[in-house]
Amino acid sequence: MSNWERFKQQIVESQVWRSMFRHGYEDTPRNRILAVSGNVWLHLHPSKVRKHGVRLKFTWCMGGITFLMFLITIVTGIYLMFYYRPVAEYAYADMKYLEFDMPFGMLMRNMHRWAAHAMVIAVWLHMFRVFMTGSYKPPREFNWVVGVVLLVLTLLLSFTGYLLPWDQLSIWAVTVGSNMARATPLLGHEGPFREFVGVNAVYDARAFIFGGGEIGPHTLLRFYILHCVFFPLLTTVFLIVHFWRIRRDGLSGPPL
Amino acid sequence: MAEAKVATPVATKRAKAKPAGPSDDKIYTWPHLVRVEFLCALFVIAGMLVWSLLVDAPLEEPAAPTRTPNPSKAPWYFLGLQEILVYFDPWHAGVVLPTLIIVGLMVLPFIDINPKGNGYYTYAERKYEIITFFLGFHIMWISLIVVGTFVRGPGWNWFWPWEPWDTHKVVAMNNVDLPYLLGFRDYWAQAVVGLTLIAGYFVVGTAAMYAWIVNKKGAEFMKKWGPVRFGLTSFLFLNMVAVVIKMGLRLGMNVKYILVTPWINV
Repeated sequence: MSNWERFKQQIVESQVWRSMFRHGYEDTPRNRILAVSGNVWLHLHPSKVRKHGVRLKFTWCMGGITFLMFLITIVTGIYLMFYYRPVAEYAYADMKYLEFDMPFGMLMRNMHRWAAHAMVIAVWLHMFRVFMTGSYKPPREFNWVVGVVLLVLTLLLSFTGYLLPWDQLSIWAVTVGSNMARATPLLGHEGPFREFVGVNAVYDARAFIFGGGEIGPHTLLRFYILHCVFFPLLTTVFLIVHFWRIRRDGLSGPPL
Repeated sequence: MAEAKVATPVATKRAKAKPAGPSDDKIYTWPHLVRVEFLCALFVIAGMLVWSLLVDAPLEEPAAPTRTPNPSKAPWYFLGLQEILVYFDPWHAGVVLPTLIIVGLMVLPFIDINPKGNGYYTYAERKYEIITFFLGFHIMWISLIVVGTFVRGPGWNWFWPWEPWDTHKVVAMNNVDLPYLLGFRDYWAQAVVGLTLIAGYFVVGTAAMYAWIVNKKGAEFMKKWGPVRFGLTSFLFLNMVAVVIKMGLRLGMNVKYILVTPWINV
């Protein structure tokens, strides 16, 4: 045994190493299973999967790409949060500051926005794929429902983020998008049957979303908190359930 | 002693069940699946980086709540719904239809009891499911987004991408309500006719669907499917087709509303 080999062995057998890594590197079935089940990140997977679940031709990897986009927006989003203040007086100036003065500011903002758009596209394609392979069929009905919730959350995440640049594009897109709420039957001040409830412009479904009768600084703060805290947390909760269910039921195909 | 007696048959049953069946085609997640995911992530991240280096995210002038741009467009993924606003009132296009879409997607696994096509691609075994999904997702949702994004200009008028946006373009709107078109001039008579048309559409549509499914799949299937599943499916399907019908009526016959009342218009 060379000195190098002995050195390596000493490290691998040390108490510190063994406290971190619970399995050997040797390619044995036991180690392959331990690599997944003994790893908190990888154990989102089952330790064995059906052959077709690995093929790109089958999965298009769209679920994974959707999750990857979610991770990219979290990483880039945290960077953006360092420089952005959700206050009407500062928000737009901070955008310019971010674009022109911050190292990699423009790149981070671009990646955040394009990843958000790509996430919407990927989640639609994922839904399309799951439909086409009939993967919502028993025993995975409930996971499809969780997936629909995640689809809605993806759109809400993207929509609340749309307002934050506080430019003409963002406030008018959000105005048009939220105007629907004032037409809600019973709950919107321009919706049918409104007179039976007594809603008005500052007290209806849209005002609840905006935090006031018109889009304004209060809306910016509200959307910021929804975008950076509430919806990401809620999405994470549903993602955990979504992944857990795949792990339990296996990836696609009739029950085992 | 008693415990051991109970435990043994379970253990043998498990040991016997393992090698048979579809679990045979299983492979190890590490390295097979993790490798695919890792490579996929690597390429996608590289692609996102290149995209982000080449194309800057838009930033227009500062928000001005008093200056409304024309057209004002929602984020692109909602433009299908905004496009539907041409044909329906906001409470329907913006509230009822999105709710129906979400609910319809959620109930999908419960109304589709076809056991075939679980875990593999097939058209022949799930013809009607796939056609319906195509109508809803590709034909309606996606193509309306394309229309809303690329061919709607000032005043939400139709402009081809190569046409300049003329903010003063005037489009004659001679839309009339369907009962009026049918010759009814009295206000309440129009409301009654409108209500009858819509109720008739759902009654006849449901009956036609029932007859068609019994004819196609047999009474046995209908019994197994049950009235709740059938009711949900036909209600959702008829609502989806109603959107297409209303669009056809507007584009073909300039119909504004089918039902006009003091409270709601459809």
